Amino acid sequence: MSTRPGTVAAHGGGGSEAAEIHDQRALGFWLYLMSDAIIFALLFMTYGIMVGNTDGGPTGKDLFSLSNAAYETALLLVSSMTFGFASLAARDGNRGAVLGWLAITFVLGAGFVFLEVREFVGMIGAGAGPDRSGFLSAFFTLVGTHGVHVSTGLIWILIMSGQIMVKGLTLPVTSRLFRLGLFWHFLDIAWVGIFSVVYLPGLM
Amino acid sequence: MESHGTRANYIVGFVLAVVLTAIPFALVATQSLSRTQTVLVIAAAAVLQILVHLRFFLHMSFSRSPRENLLAVAFTAVLIFLMVGGSIWVMLDLHMRMAL
Repeated sequence: MSTRPGTVAAHGGGGSEAAEIHDQRALGFWLYLMSDAIIFALLFMTYGIMVGNTDGGPTGKDLFSLSNAAYETALLLVSSMTFGFASLAARDGNRGAVLGWLAITFVLGAGFVFLEVREFVGMIGAGAGPDRSGFLSAFFTLVGTHGVHVSTGLIWILIMSGQIMVKGLTLPVTSRLFRLGLFWHFLDIAWVGIFSVVYLPGLM
Repeated sequence: MESHGTRANYIVGFVLAVVLTAIPFALVATQSLSRTQTVLVIAAAAVLQILVHLRFFLHMSFSRSPRENLLAVAFTAVLIFLMVGGSIWVMLDLHMRMAL
């Protein structure tokens, strides 16, 4: 099937020019993700160093909600699987199914962003904004950076859906969809770090 | 990385991720272990879950992923180790001296 992205030319057999361009771009995007991983690692480290500096203000135990973190985790994890189903549908050339799974992924991701924004607004309203203490500055920077990534992913899902509707599942489009998938799954990995480093230890 | 896996692949990854998420959340909700034990379980579950995501969602494998991608991962790991390890070393040292 010619629409299958990532038929890696380097692995021999039918290495068309288009497939080669896809490989190069997949590698380039992979390098970007690695640099993003470094940014997240450093934000995690900053949080780890700052978590005790509450300046007599609220701690994680006062502010975090285990159920909210669990709902956010569930939304993002299910959305990772539904994106996987979109990738499978793209491989099979089933345009309607790709659009359907992307729409479901978008709704789940938007739900995640909604829960996060609601949490942030509640904290800031309770006087626990990023200016309250070193702990809260680090918290909002780390979790907010992840939230901005997810929001960017949502915009990207909308743009991809538009391209799939207008252009169909051409090779350039499925190649972009593949990179969006890398981005989306990567964000779920970053979230595993966030609930394991921020929310769960904060609520112990 | 080059293939999309199968539907079963994603479902297996999803089920493993759910289990590895439910265990640490349940421990924190019930407070049934000591602090140290809970932290260790959270850390172990996180590492395992990240490996599950890399394997079943990003389809990484030592035999099938392009060599350059694995090299980039290894190089990133070295950079993270140097920067995170070095910073924590400096900050802990500073912390000890401040307390003197």
